[in-house]
Amino acid sequence: MDANKITQSDAKQYIVVTLGNEQYGIDIQYVDNIVRMQRITRVPKAQPYFKGVMNIRGEIIPVMSLRLKFGLEEDEFKNSTRILIIKLEPQSAIGIIVDEVKEVVTIGEESIDKVVAGTADEKATFLSGVGKHGDGLISLLNLQNVIIEKEAEQK
Amino acid sequence: MDVSQYLEIFIDETKEHLQSLNEQLLVLEKEPENEGTINEIFRAAHSLKGMAGTMGYKRMQRLTHDMENVFSEIRAGKMKVKAELVDVLFRGLDALENYLDNIMNSADEGTDDNEEIIHELNRILKASLGEVAEEPAKEEPKKAEIAAEIVKEFKLEEHENRAIAKIYEEGGIAYAITVYIQESCILKAARAFLVFKALEELGDVIKSNPDVQDIEDEKFDFDFSIVLLSKEKETKIREAILSVSEIKEACIKKIEALEIPAEMPAETKKEDEVEEKKEQAVKQTPAKQAAAKTAQAGKPVVNRSVRVDIEKLDDLMNLVSELIIAKNGLVSMNQTDTAKTDNRSGFNEQIEYLERITTNLHQSVMKVRMVPIESVVNRFPRMIRDLSKKLNKKMELYMSGEDTELDRTVIDEIGDPLMHLLRNAADHGLESNEERIALKKPETGSIFLNAYQEGNNVVIEVKDDGAGINVEKVKRKAVERGTITEEQAEAMSEKEAIDLLFTPSFSTAAVISDVSGRGVGLDVVKTKIETLGGSIETKTVLGEGSSFIIRLPLTLAIIQALMVELGEEKYAIPLGSIETIESVSMDEIKFVQSKEVIHLRGNVIPLVRLDEMLDVEKKEDTGSDLTVVIVKKGDKLAGLVVDNLIGQLEIVIKSIGKYINNSKMISGATILGDGEIALILDVNALV
Repeated sequence: MDANKITQSDAKQYIVVTLGNEQYGIDIQYVDNIVRMQRITRVPKAQPYFKGVMNIRGEIIPVMSLRLKFGLEEDEFKNSTRILIIKLEPQSAIGIIVDEVKEVVTIGEESIDKVVAGTADEKATFLSGVGKHGDGLISLLNLQNVIIEKEAEQK
Repeated sequence: MDVSQYLEIFIDETKEHLQSLNEQLLVLEKEPENEGTINEIFRAAHSLKGMAGTMGYKRMQRLTHDMENVFSEIRAGKMKVKAELVDVLFRGLDALENYLDNIMNSADEGTDDNEEIIHELNRILKASLGEVAEEPAKEEPKKAEIAAEIVKEFKLEEHENRAIAKIYEEGGIAYAITVYIQESCILKAARAFLVFKALEELGDVIKSNPDVQDIEDEKFDFDFSIVLLSKEKETKIREAILSVSEIKEACIKKIEALEIPAEMPAETKKEDEVEEKKEQAVKQTPAKQAAAKTAQAGKPVVNRSVRVDIEKLDDLMNLVSELIIAKNGLVSMNQTDTAKTDNRSGFNEQIEYLERITTNLHQSVMKVRMVPIESVVNRFPRMIRDLSKKLNKKMELYMSGEDTELDRTVIDEIGDPLMHLLRNAADHGLESNEERIALKKPETGSIFLNAYQEGNNVVIEVKDDGAGINVEKVKRKAVERGTITEEQAEAMSEKEAIDLLFTPSFSTAAVISDVSGRGVGLDVVKTKIETLGGSIETKTVLGEGSSFIIRLPLTLAIIQALMVELGEEKYAIPLGSIETIESVSMDEIKFVQSKEVIHLRGNVIPLVRLDEMLDVEKKEDTGSDLTVVIVKKGDKLAGLVVDNLIGQLEIVIKSIGKYINNSKMISGATILGDGEIALILDVNALV
């Protein structure tokens, strides 16, 4: 009974993706779609971590490489590479490239450690917390900061 | 009761009524005896009052109410229209517009009571009537009291009598019901609606007086009557009605099967009025429903709806059905495909059919997006009138081509630039009355606003018969301000000098006036028009006047473009900005200040290496001729070097989203036939 309650009120579902050998969790409510790698049209003079734009059923969606954004080495497109279509707002979708989509997990509030604010590492702002699932750790992405805030810096 | 869902409709209609009031008042000012106009005004004011009341905007209601009183006296012939009165009325309209602005921004009318205007109105009213203006708010309840406690009679149509007869056959009863609402009730229409809803659960409402539309619009006093066919008992019905709050009384009477009720004398008088309103209401209904669909509860948003002619929608519907037929044709062909080999031609036929439909569909959809320019320009006569008074210059605005249609997005943006130009014409363009007389010109200055279609463009011309632009004065001013040097001024052509006017913070007006002259005019106008994909051109003759000619593309969403190839990538260049396409051999390229230029028919044109600008991976150098697309931005030309031309294509512009940073060189993207994306180059940013 109690456990049920917790699942309903505090737990969120996350899609677990991998980048290199780290696992990241993305709040499922923002994920619109998951597609395979496809043709991306380069946009000149865009931010370096933007791969370009792609066409998803007549909609033009910018695609961003999480690897480049996080300062990892360039993506290597494999069979498992996926693009997650994220919609923070209904009218503007954005795609993010990940190495692999693994599973959907439910993580309760109590098993999430908040990231201490003010960490010197600016990449820390990309995370909202670290969730424990089974014996693995999942870094939960703060999509707002990953997608939007960084852009303001660019300007 | 939550009225926010009606807010959008309210805003829409209030705008319309205010516009019509503005227009009619202008007519009235010139023809004080025009009865049709007075009636029109009265009607608009009356609806406005009703609507404001429904929405609970008390201040707005009060002001319209007092204005309506004045109109009512004018209509009755007890008052004359005087300049003073018109001024106050115009001020009243402005105040109403303020309320509306507040409502649009915050769903609240604000706190300004505009006591002064109301006071003024009543003073004029009193003065001309020679008696104390009646406090008319009391009128209505009085009427209701007299009528209280009786069930109003109905004039029943034949089919309604038949329906009544039928319900008796089926064992039901026809009731005539008059519902009285408490006089303190604010949302009469909402209460009435609840009564209707309650009654419809018990039976069928076949008639109401006033009719449903008028009740919705709150065009009734504190009572309304309905005929209900029901199998329920009288007490139950009464209970249902009284369960709605703020209902004072419900009088219920059975209607005998073949009773032909006599009409109440009071009703006849009303009938005409109601009839009139009904006509109006009916006209508004389809649009209203459409608007209601898009209406959202909650925060008011800027109105994004388009009113569409029903015929255009029918056209669209037809085309869509044809599209489905074409699709079915293809499907069936696909099924028989394996059997036959000679259906190649049939396939082609279907493709052609499909092509024709999509072209038509495209045109129809474009037409739906088109709005007559009238909705923008119709506020200008009023503005010119006010300017005329303010500047103390006699002037007249002549408009033509108000029915010219433009894309909705353009219409929304073009209002401000036009207003700037008109203000300029009125303030700087036209001379003062005395000067005009001295120059033997007609004392009243003329300003023209002409709109017409020219090919794929719409041209809007703002012209005045004033002094024209004094080119020497412009040059002197520019030198004074340090924009250009003495020598530059000498060498400048008239055209170049006029272009100076479009540079930021440049004003030739000697005195900065309230109207214009702060120097934030023409450059803003120019940028705005350029962002809309248009251009502006100036013609002037000293002493005879000047004209500003604005050219705008018919639509923004779909354009003709030239597809070009750069390395492996495809780009689209809007056809509108392309002058010519040239083949240039390497040795024709000259260098000026170490920049590549070509000499073409007397013009020196700078070359833009697109592949370098866009960081395209270079193809192996062919070494031979270059393909150069000559593009135009204003009067500036530039040559874009491309690798290959693909051809002309009609493309749909799509945004590439706000996240990606594209340094303005890319204005959007489009999807090609094979699903590939081509980026659209913004020539303005490249040149």
